[in-house]
Amino acid sequence: MTGPEPETQVVVGLEVHCQLDTKSKLFCSCSTDYRNDGPNTHVCPICLGLPGTMPMVNKKVIEYAMKVAKALNCEIAEESEFARKNYFYPDLNKAYQITQYDKPLALGGYVEIEGDDGKERKIQLTRIHVEEDPGRLVYMGNAERGRYSLVDYNRAGIPLIEIVSEPEMRSPKEARKFLNKLRATLEYLGVFDSDKEGSLRVDANISIKGSERVEVKNITSYKGVEKALTFEVTRQKNLLRRGLKVDRETRHYLEARGITQSARSKEMENDYRYFPEPDLRPLRVKSWVKDIALPELPDARRERFVAQYGCSLNHARTLTGELKTANFFEAVVAKNKDSCTLAATWIADTLTGELNYRDMGIDGVDPVKFAGLIALLKAGTITDKSGVEVLRAMLDEQHKGETVETPQAIVKRLNLGKTAGDDGAIHAAIKEAISENPKAIEDYRAGKKGAMNFLVGQVMKKTRGRADPGELNKLMETALKSLE
Amino acid sequence: MSALRFEPDDKYNAFLTVCKAPEGGNGKLSGIPVAVKDNISTQGIETTCASKILKGYIPPYDAHAVELVKAAGAAIAGKTNMDEFGMGTSTENSAFGPTLNPRDTGRVPGGSSGGSAAAVASGMVRMALGTDTGGSIRCPASFCGIVGLKPTYGRVSRYGLIAYANSLETIGPMAANVLDVSLLMSVIAGHDRHDATSQDRPYSHTPSADIKGTRIGIPQEYFGAGVDPAVAAVVKKAIGRLEELGAVTVPCSIPSMEYALAAYYVICTSEASSNLARFDGVRYGPAVEIKKSWHAAFQDARREGFGPEVRRRIMLGTFALSSGYYGKYYAKAQIARENIRKDFARLFADVDVLCGPTMPTIAFKLGEKSDPLSMYLSDILTVPVNLAGIPAISVPCGTVQDMPVGLQIMGRPFEDERVIDVAYAYEQGGQP
Repeated sequence: MTGPEPETQVVVGLEVHCQLDTKSKLFCSCSTDYRNDGPNTHVCPICLGLPGTMPMVNKKVIEYAMKVAKALNCEIAEESEFARKNYFYPDLNKAYQITQYDKPLALGGYVEIEGDDGKERKIQLTRIHVEEDPGRLVYMGNAERGRYSLVDYNRAGIPLIEIVSEPEMRSPKEARKFLNKLRATLEYLGVFDSDKEGSLRVDANISIKGSERVEVKNITSYKGVEKALTFEVTRQKNLLRRGLKVDRETRHYLEARGITQSARSKEMENDYRYFPEPDLRPLRVKSWVKDIALPELPDARRERFVAQYGCSLNHARTLTGELKTANFFEAVVAKNKDSCTLAATWIADTLTGELNYRDMGIDGVDPVKFAGLIALLKAGTITDKSGVEVLRAMLDEQHKGETVETPQAIVKRLNLGKTAGDDGAIHAAIKEAISENPKAIEDYRAGKKGAMNFLVGQVMKKTRGRADPGELNKLMETALKSLE
Repeated sequence: MSALRFEPDDKYNAFLTVCKAPEGGNGKLSGIPVAVKDNISTQGIETTCASKILKGYIPPYDAHAVELVKAAGAAIAGKTNMDEFGMGTSTENSAFGPTLNPRDTGRVPGGSSGGSAAAVASGMVRMALGTDTGGSIRCPASFCGIVGLKPTYGRVSRYGLIAYANSLETIGPMAANVLDVSLLMSVIAGHDRHDATSQDRPYSHTPSADIKGTRIGIPQEYFGAGVDPAVAAVVKKAIGRLEELGAVTVPCSIPSMEYALAAYYVICTSEASSNLARFDGVRYGPAVEIKKSWHAAFQDARREGFGPEVRRRIMLGTFALSSGYYGKYYAKAQIARENIRKDFARLFADVDVLCGPTMPTIAFKLGEKSDPLSMYLSDILTVPVNLAGIPAISVPCGTVQDMPVGLQIMGRPFEDERVIDVAYAYEQGGQP
């Protein structure tokens, strides 16, 4: 026996840690460009936390963080302060992380998303603060059973901002949208590179209204957030359905298995013993805000795409959702000034789909060649169906690392040019279709309308989509009439 | 560059490391051997803070002050003994044995910069760098009969000073006389971009013995309970000399001093508990047994690597910062600190300097203060200066039982020059 479905309003809040894309680290002048180099090659006495060293604040980091705060409509604090978060962990070389505690750089602000109900909604932010990334542990073998682990301090001191939202998202999907919007904004600002491994980490708070809150830690991908939260919603709902209660606890997201797991014992819970960092002076930077210039942000660009190019709102949203896609679109329409909506459809729907299918990014796609494809479509040289084939050929070439041909060359090589009315090939195909499908001819004679469509489909197959559908219909009608 | 020969007969265990052939250069300190306290980082020279946990640690960089001293042509003569991580008032808390007082080897040299003071007092070096968190330059200067300056907070870069209590401590000069202290100060003072708390206030002063009209405040607390009347008498006599030299004395009071010691020990232990957490046996000190789990291994390393006084202060500080206690201890200590600062500011609106004894007693006997609390109490006259961040100097002003007594002169923030001048005036015209 199960009772009635319990009330299941989901409440989600996120803490998003993003690496800021500065050239040097937060408290020293070591380069942040460590990903292609060996371990412990981008380190100095300061970021190694050697005894006697002191942090120096990288002004650029504060500027970048303030740019984000301004773009997200936050209030910059009159005075903010760094604090020490004390805990022991081998990747934490000073045994404390320099972060901000009760005096963060920025307060308030919001991110606007399209809610599940289709309406735009503001998700309020609590705060934004600046902190340093710890180093990284490399386990030799298994994390549980390995004999030892190694520490790489290249990442130690990389600047992070932590953006904390209020618990105002109502579903995993909204959380994903929040994150996408946030990422887009940071990318537009030029302060964040989402392609860099480990550049984003998320902790999520999730509860079913009326129940205890669960914190899910260690989510390191955009898709992971939605997956982890969906798992949690199901887990929590199941507990409630069985009349059990949800424990207030911290859980870890195991990316590979797509599940969350309780972070065991309470004895591992830390008292971080925060106190103000005595080696740094408080930050009084509020007056810098007025000098921070913001670029065009995703919402403004979306509105512009609608107004300037006549994009539909949905297309504009997709196109501006990632900086690279938006830039790609504008590069393509620069070459096809009279085909804006066509280009929008082909990029937002077709290209995006094909890229997702191949797990590719838009980076390598040549906007000039893509513009060539749009031009062929616009001129009616190829059908839509052929257009997709051309696009697939281009992407496959790119994927394999081959030289990507021009769309014109592909059309020629695969003989995808639209068949003209007097093309012998199309007449031959019609004849074939008629002689191979006597049953359809009977049906046609019996007045079944579907028969005609079936025959047209057969011809399309034979000509591999090159025939113009409208023209083919006429030719088929003539051919069938001539049979009578 | 030229190599000096430096082979001192270190009967007092003043040095932990002796550099036998230090390189000197050209400059203000050309050819002068300078001893450096072992909590100040020296590139290529072992730096242990007199702790087992840092045994074998050789910094890959020089502290800013050391860089400046070297650039001025001085030769780094060696690293001096101290209380482990600066935690103590006698240099008995060294993992490598106590330093002895050159004036009486049965007595302590004071601390925590006891090695630097003994090296200067015995004539092994002309000058030395010490550090002062709650009196660690002035106390041993007083006990060993030399001059020691605790500069204004922010005037000398702390970069490379292995932190014990960041908000209180500073590097400072120690020497046999005021002119040498002033000379060394002129080398190490100034702004350093590596230390965010350092100020652009260089020091280029020629000491002047003219103190006519200087107003000297005499806080009654510096002559009250706990201060040895014999010491108080010697210091009062010295202040009388300053009056004869033209200074005007004004009796005054620092009511907030009642809370100074408590505030000091909460703040310094809190900061220490965080600063010393990095010593987990992974990167420094004797190798850790890796058969155990990391948490077990680092606990062993810390239990064995730190001495009892350091462990005590780490535990006190950890407690004071714990959630639920922060407001009762750390936050309250900050309020007391602010009150002390205000009291000093109020007094300095009327007087130019404050004078009193540096220490409430003469150097005590080795092993005499076995109870940590009685040791803490002997810091009562030095810690207010660190809480307020102001400059103070200790200059020898006589003896009690043949042991030196120090006159402490405290000044307004960034008026290190004035405390130097008053000390210089006394030194030049003090002893009749």
